[in-house]
Amino acid sequence: MANSESKEYWRWTESRWTNPDLDWKDGDIISAGVDVGSVSTQSVVMVDGELFCYANMRTGSDSPDSANNSMNWALDGTGLPLDKIEYAVGTGYGRVNVPFAKRALTEIACHARGANFMYGPSIRTVLDMGGQDCKAIRCDHRGKVTAFLMNDKCAAGTGRGMEVFADLLQIHINDVGRMSLVDVEPEPVSSTCVVFAKSEAVALLRKGWSKEKVLAAYCGAMAHRVVTLLERLGVENDFAITGGIAKNIGVVSRIEKELKVTAPEPSIDPQLAGAIGGALFGKALVEKARKKA
Amino acid sequence: MTTIGIDLGAKNTKVVILRDGEILTTASVLSGFDQKASADEAVNNALRNVGIARDEIKYITATGAGMDAITFANDTVTEISANARGITAVFPSVRTVIDVGAEEGRVIRLNENGKVVDFGINEKCAAGAGAFTEAMARALEVDLEKMGEMSLKSTKAVPMNAQCTIFAESEVVSLIHQKTPKEDIIRAVHDAIADRITSMARRVGIEKEVALVGGVANNIGFVDSMTRNLGYDLLVPKDPVVPEFIPAYGAALLAQDELNGG
Repeated sequence: MANSESKEYWRWTESRWTNPDLDWKDGDIISAGVDVGSVSTQSVVMVDGELFCYANMRTGSDSPDSANNSMNWALDGTGLPLDKIEYAVGTGYGRVNVPFAKRALTEIACHARGANFMYGPSIRTVLDMGGQDCKAIRCDHRGKVTAFLMNDKCAAGTGRGMEVFADLLQIHINDVGRMSLVDVEPEPVSSTCVVFAKSEAVALLRKGWSKEKVLAAYCGAMAHRVVTLLERLGVENDFAITGGIAKNIGVVSRIEKELKVTAPEPSIDPQLAGAIGGALFGKALVEKARKKA
Repeated sequence: MTTIGIDLGAKNTKVVILRDGEILTTASVLSGFDQKASADEAVNNALRNVGIARDEIKYITATGAGMDAITFANDTVTEISANARGITAVFPSVRTVIDVGAEEGRVIRLNENGKVVDFGINEKCAAGAGAFTEAMARALEVDLEKMGEMSLKSTKAVPMNAQCTIFAESEVVSLIHQKTPKEDIIRAVHDAIADRITSMARRVGIEKEVALVGGVANNIGFVDSMTRNLGYDLLVPKDPVVPEFIPAYGAALLAQDELNGG
C-alpha cells in the first residue's frame, strides 16, 4: 500500500500477560475466550474463573490464523498446552472461525458478561467501542443482556475512525486522548462521516488550529456520536466502557461529561472484555455439562 | 445579453458563460481553500477563452456548496433549482434528476413544466458521493478516470459488505489480497455507490425519463450499475454541456431568466 513505508501512527501496542500468582495445574476448570474482532483479536485463558493469561494483538487477513496466533502467544511460556483447555468460546466478528472453539457466542453477550467481571455486578449499561462497530448494551446484575443497540455500518464512533485521525495528524494512537485535553474546548467537528470529518480537520489545520485542538474537536464529535446511541437505548447507572476506545481519555472524559456519569477506571485492559466474557461462558458451560453427567 | 453561472462545488468550481441562450464557453478549476479566489479564477479563465471583458457580464448567479463565498455574484440559487433549470433545457422530458457530486448526492423529481416536486439530499455520508469512488481508486491504486472502463471488463460480480467508505477501503484491500481481479472489485465499488443512490432515489420516487448529472455521471461504470439497477437507460448530458456543468448551466439560465423579468 502507498502508506506502508510511512510511520504507522494507528498501530496500538500489542500485549500479553501471565498471572504470576496462579498455577494452572492446581485448577479444576480451564476455559478460554477468543474475541476475533475486525481490528484486534484477544485470547484469554481462565483457571476456575480467574484470569490466567491473555494476548491482545492485531487481527490479520485470516480469522483462523488470527485466533491461533493470539492463543499461541497467550500460552507462550506458561507451560499450558492448548489441549488442556477444556472449553474455548469464540466471539466477535470472526467467532465462527476459531478452530479450537467448541462454541461461538455473540460479542454482545460476551462484552456484558466481561464487563460484569471487570467492573462488578452493579454495571447496568456497557458501551463497547470496538474497531469497526459500537454497541450500547443494558444488562442485569449477572451480566445478562436485557437490551442493546449497535452501529456497525459507519466508521464514525469506532476505533477505526480514531485510527484514521491518528494517521492524518501523525499522532500516535496511544497519545491521542491525552493530547486532546485542551483548556478551552472547541466546537466538535460537524461532519459525522469520517471521510468528511477528515476534510474538515484539514481545513481547520489550514486555519491555524493546533493538532491538539483538532483532536479535541474530533474526540468531542466521537463522544457526541456514541452518546446519541446510548440515549436511544437509555442509560442506567452504573456505566462502563469496554473496547479499545475505553483507553482514550479524550473520548471517555467527554462521554462522561455529556452523559453526566462516571465510568470506572479499568484495572484490566478493556479490550479484553469480550474474550473474558467468552472464557466465563466457557466455564459455565463446563459446569452445566458436569452437572448433567 | 451575457450571463454567468458559477457552481462552487466541494471539489471543482464550474463556470458557464451564456449569451442569448447559447453557451459561449465553460471553465472548471479545483475548488481551493479560498473559495472566492477559485470562483474568480474560473470566471477569468472562461472570460479569457472567449475574449470577453468582465463588465460585459450583465448578471452572475452562483450555486453549489460554496455559493455564499462568491460575493461578486448578483444572486444565489440552490443546487436543486439550478439542476432543474439546467436539465430541463437539455432534456425537457426528464422527470427525475440524479446528481452525484464529490461530497453530495441529490435526487430531484420534476413535473412536466420542469418545476421541482420533491427532492432528497445526502450530504452526511461519503458512501453515496464521488468521495467514495475516489477513496476506492486510491485503495486500488487505479486512476479515477480509468475506473469506469475497467469495471465494464468485469466478468464476475463480487459482493461488497461494507457501506461505510472507511470500512470499504479495508474490504477492498482484503479483496486485493485474495487476488480478486481489480476489474471485479471496481464493478463492486460502482454497484455499491449505485445501490446507495438508487435507494435514495426510490425514497424520493423515480419517474421516467431519468437523467444522471454531476461529475460521477462521467464514470461509465457507475452509469452501467445504475442502468442495471433501474432496468432501463438513463440520459447523460453531452451536448451542449457535460454532466458536471448542468448546475452551472442552470444557474446561467436562471440569471438570464432574471434579466428577462423572471
